Amino acid sequence: MTSLELSKVASQVRRDIVRMVHAVNSGHPGGSLGCTDFLVNLYFKQMNINPAEWDMDGKNEDLFFLSNGHISPVWYSVLARKGYFQVNELATFRKINTRLQGHPATEEGLEGIRVASGSLGQGLSVALGAAETKKLNGDKSIIYTLHGDGELQEGQVWEAAMYAAANKIDNVISTVDYNGQQIDGSLEQVLAMGDLRAKWEAFGWDVREMDGHNMDEISSTLEKAKADCGNGKPIMLIMTTSMGKGVDFMEGTHKWHGIAPNDEQLADALGQLEETLGDY
Amino acid sequence: MKKFEVTGNKDTRSGFGDGLTELGRTNPNVVALCADLTGSLKMGDFKNEFPDRFFQVGIAEANMMGMAAGMTIGGKIPFTGTFANFSTGRVYDQIRQSIAYSEKNVKICASHAGLTLGEDGATHQILEDVGMMQMLPNMTVINPCDYNQTKAATIAIAEHEGPVYLRFGRPKMPIFTPADQKFEIGKGIMLNEGTDVTIIATGHLVWEAILAGEKLAEQGINAEIINIHTIKPLDEEMVIASAKKTGAVVTAEEHQTIGGLGATVSQCLAKNHAVPMDFVAVDDSFGESGTPAQLMTKYGLDADNIIAKVKRVMAKKVMA
Repeated sequence: MTSLELSKVASQVRRDIVRMVHAVNSGHPGGSLGCTDFLVNLYFKQMNINPAEWDMDGKNEDLFFLSNGHISPVWYSVLARKGYFQVNELATFRKINTRLQGHPATEEGLEGIRVASGSLGQGLSVALGAAETKKLNGDKSIIYTLHGDGELQEGQVWEAAMYAAANKIDNVISTVDYNGQQIDGSLEQVLAMGDLRAKWEAFGWDVREMDGHNMDEISSTLEKAKADCGNGKPIMLIMTTSMGKGVDFMEGTHKWHGIAPNDEQLADALGQLEETLGDY
Repeated sequence: MKKFEVTGNKDTRSGFGDGLTELGRTNPNVVALCADLTGSLKMGDFKNEFPDRFFQVGIAEANMMGMAAGMTIGGKIPFTGTFANFSTGRVYDQIRQSIAYSEKNVKICASHAGLTLGEDGATHQILEDVGMMQMLPNMTVINPCDYNQTKAATIAIAEHEGPVYLRFGRPKMPIFTPADQKFEIGKGIMLNEGTDVTIIATGHLVWEAILAGEKLAEQGINAEIINIHTIKPLDEEMVIASAKKTGAVVTAEEHQTIGGLGATVSQCLAKNHAVPMDFVAVDDSFGESGTPAQLMTKYGLDADNIIAKVKRVMAKKVMA
């Protein structure tokens, strides 16, 4: 897919996100909108996957783990638009008896989800386990992960970071959504993380950076990272994004981390986002 | 009272280690993770024989639990090994989200549980682990009583699809269960049929229950003794039938009264057939340093206290 085609998918995914959270007056639009371009690129251009024949083990296909589970709206939309489940199921998000729980869950067998996430800091460990199993199985596929930047304040992330470098886990490409925002304010105000790149490098990772809203750059960075798998080092992509990207009044602020737009705000947001694949 | 032949004296953790090595030979999907306690967990043989399937994670238990969850994706059966304290309390949220809620086929194997860890003291003597683990939906909780049963349990849980908490201990204990006894998850073992009172014990307290039963027999009290190795799911059928027969129940375990075997049995009987009950367990306190034997005596986890509790429930039975 070309970058233009990917951006059209992303526009539809952003419409899905704001409509989903508006419908239940809850959910997390800010981080979802910020990670839309990346996840669309990953699922529609990069990963070797077979949505029609999804199973839990995912042998001989690439796997993705969302560690910052609160951005479930973007993941659900991307999975549905990619064909993991029916797009109209997005209308059940966060409603009683739904498979689309507030945070991703496996209990009702939603295709595409391999572990629950929401309580932060656990996804990298799970991914490393899956990566070790791939190696044991002689499976050359790649494991992708996504993490929030605030999430890196969890100690478990650094336990996993140490393990991955010490054990040369080189079939993992992790990405951190570096939007500089968390619930109580900016990362700088809440708990300054210092030099993220230097931190990951000091932990033995191969660190690269990318603009999370430039489709060409996301493509080239991911393609390069894929080519460099197997070089004895885990890869970390520090992805600069703007929280709330695509909806002007949500952009660049932590205020839209976990609240939904009202009716007027929804209309305003949808006016800024082209309907490209048909709303659910 | 039936006679029990003691065939050896070994730690239950060695039963785990030997069972794990045997599994390594018979099931290629079994993998093991350890957080810097390979010797204490008796995982050295597995490590040496199957180095590609052994994962040393360092002192990083949270990462170990997450990795174990991930390793199931693609068909492996991970066994994690560390002390019971670091297998539960330290990593409760990781187990809750990544293993129990996510229904991952992880076997959490926990040594040095309870007071019998001894001299290291209360920081390491977890007495709340059974409660924490059995509160989790999807979790099976097993506390075997001797070397043979622990080895059999270790082998059996590999065949069970779903998360399991397997709890065992540090000290050498008499071996009295048959080496060839089949381990059936969720099935209690009737050790001695009796009519006057039921003693339901788990883990290291099963041997104390047998010693108590022998002394009670000398006093003319015919105790029914049940070994409950699987606390969740509880063998309700066996527990209820015994309570109906004897009309009085004492439970015995190396755990807090709150949340353990006694609490589970009492819930079952309150709902189905209420009888006078009493509990041999730690009464809402932390442990301390000392030899295992000193600690078990001081905290009342022994045959003498089982006998005292039996007398109490039998007195209540007469009044009723």
